Amino acid sequence: MNVLDVKGLTMRFGGLTAVSDFNLTLQKGELVGLIGPNGSGKTTVFNMITGFYKPTQGQIIVNDRDVTGLRPDQVTALGTARIFQNSRLFRELPVLDNVLIGYHVRLRSSPFDAVLRLHGYAKEEKQALDEAMTLLTGLGLADQVDEIAGSLPYGLQRKLEVARALATKPSLLLLDEPATGMGSEETAEMMDFILKVRDDFDMTILLIEHHMQVVMGICERMAVLNYGKTIAKGRPEEIQNNREVIEAYLGAN
Amino acid sequence: MKPQKKVRRALSIAAVIAVLLFSVWAERHMDGFQVRIIHMWGIYVILVSSFNLIYGFTGQFSLAHAGLAAVGAYTVALLTLSPADKQVSFMLAPPVWPISVVQWPLLPSLLLGGLLAALAGFIIGAPALRLHGDYLLITTLGFSEIIRLLLCNLPGVTNGAMGLKGIPKDTNLTWVWGLAIITLFITKRLVDSSYGRALKCIRDDEIAAEAVGVNLSSHKVMAFVLSSFFVGIAGGLMSNLLGTVAPSTFKPDLTYAVITMAVLGGVRSLTGGVLAAGIYPVASELLRTIETPRQILGISYPGIPGLRSLAFAAMLLFLILFYRRGLMGSNEFSWGGILSRVQRLFGRPKMGGEQG
Repeated sequence: MNVLDVKGLTMRFGGLTAVSDFNLTLQKGELVGLIGPNGSGKTTVFNMITGFYKPTQGQIIVNDRDVTGLRPDQVTALGTARIFQNSRLFRELPVLDNVLIGYHVRLRSSPFDAVLRLHGYAKEEKQALDEAMTLLTGLGLADQVDEIAGSLPYGLQRKLEVARALATKPSLLLLDEPATGMGSEETAEMMDFILKVRDDFDMTILLIEHHMQVVMGICERMAVLNYGKTIAKGRPEEIQNNREVIEAYLGAN
Repeated sequence: MKPQKKVRRALSIAAVIAVLLFSVWAERHMDGFQVRIIHMWGIYVILVSSFNLIYGFTGQFSLAHAGLAAVGAYTVALLTLSPADKQVSFMLAPPVWPISVVQWPLLPSLLLGGLLAALAGFIIGAPALRLHGDYLLITTLGFSEIIRLLLCNLPGVTNGAMGLKGIPKDTNLTWVWGLAIITLFITKRLVDSSYGRALKCIRDDEIAAEAVGVNLSSHKVMAFVLSSFFVGIAGGLMSNLLGTVAPSTFKPDLTYAVITMAVLGGVRSLTGGVLAAGIYPVASELLRTIETPRQILGISYPGIPGLRSLAFAAMLLFLILFYRRGLMGSNEFSWGGILSRVQRLFGRPKMGGEQG
């Protein structure tokens, strides 16, 4: 079954075509890289898939449901979660709250139930707390649960953002440059972390990365964007030797 | 050590009973002036905690408090006045049906006042809360003024700018403080729940909140409607306490007073709001001296009306510039905190009662 099926996705801002005719299919458990130089439209693709932009044309299907044009919170409720290129944690809230909020989208109790602790609200809250603790422990963040998110070291902040995304129980995870601003050692650690997430949660992941070498090692397939056009698709070895890709990255001579 | 949940709950219930008993006692034994201040304190507690909910916890700066309070105040005034009184006091136009015939007791009037304010809050909030920052401010201020101008210009419903007099004063301290405690209880429970967490996330980062599945508009509108409901109740209590209502009572000044209190207490702390709501009316009375004419060292000082507002404006500016966290920041009163402080005071080890 295809977890993600993107067909003919196009985004125009006025006269500028940021992404044109983008197609991609992800099967369950796949880890696919979306790469390309700066400004090639990678984040625009993410913004369309997650509902922040309404595509000019095309269709986005997640788990056989058409999510094109839905609001971001609806897209998340239907099983797509993302992290942002520029960290967007709830910086003033504790680590635990940052993860607990992920379960809010699945909450069945009404605000009325929550205030009066009716109809199993307490049970739902308890369950979310247990799951959050299990999740944080599994991802190596258990010692930081009470710390304010903004005070964590950068590497842990990025991991926390992934944890928060996982708390929404997605079937598709979109990672926008998770290793941005990291040194080579931290980057390698982050890539191991992503592989671990994929294996532990049997997750389907689409990963944006600016540096091609970083994703070469962990992705099964890749798509390369340049000026909004898909210039190559295939396995890392194929991409590495593709002339157009090399030109896009290094310039033609 | 944190006290047991049962102990904390018992202490809270005891405190609520103590407050209510005090209110009964104060009504009988304190002088009218003091009772009046404690009365205003309770009403301000409702107004400030509802502002904390929408601004401190949800991050939506609204200036609609005065207009929403007016909705509650007029609802209560019109429902509790007897039909005969209304016939006498409506000078510009006779009261329209059904206002001309109804008379309700206080409690259902307050409830309807709250519900109508909540409805007004929904009508204002549903479109306005899509806006951010300054735009939200201007829009909510505009809506608040629209409500006030409607009150001025609907003589058959509100007696226009003349306002309403002779509203039966049924309210007492126990009512006011009982409702204030209910407001605090509901607000605190909501803020501590999963919904409250969602509101705080909206305050911190709307885009991230949306990405983790929080429906922005439904949560913001929910908080705004609940806040408006409380403001309507507070407005109703105001009209019942004062015995008169007029559109001029609900100028933006009222909103600014609420904001001053909220900032003084700390916009993220309900405890701070309760403290500031008590400090404000006392300070307001003390500052009366700067408005009264007097002789100072042989020089006669005429007394400048309105100087108090200036003093409060200066205080608000000072708070925002130098003391933004207010009295309490985002801290709340807790029995655990109180007990450990008491124990430290008496030099006992922090382990709790077993050793002492």
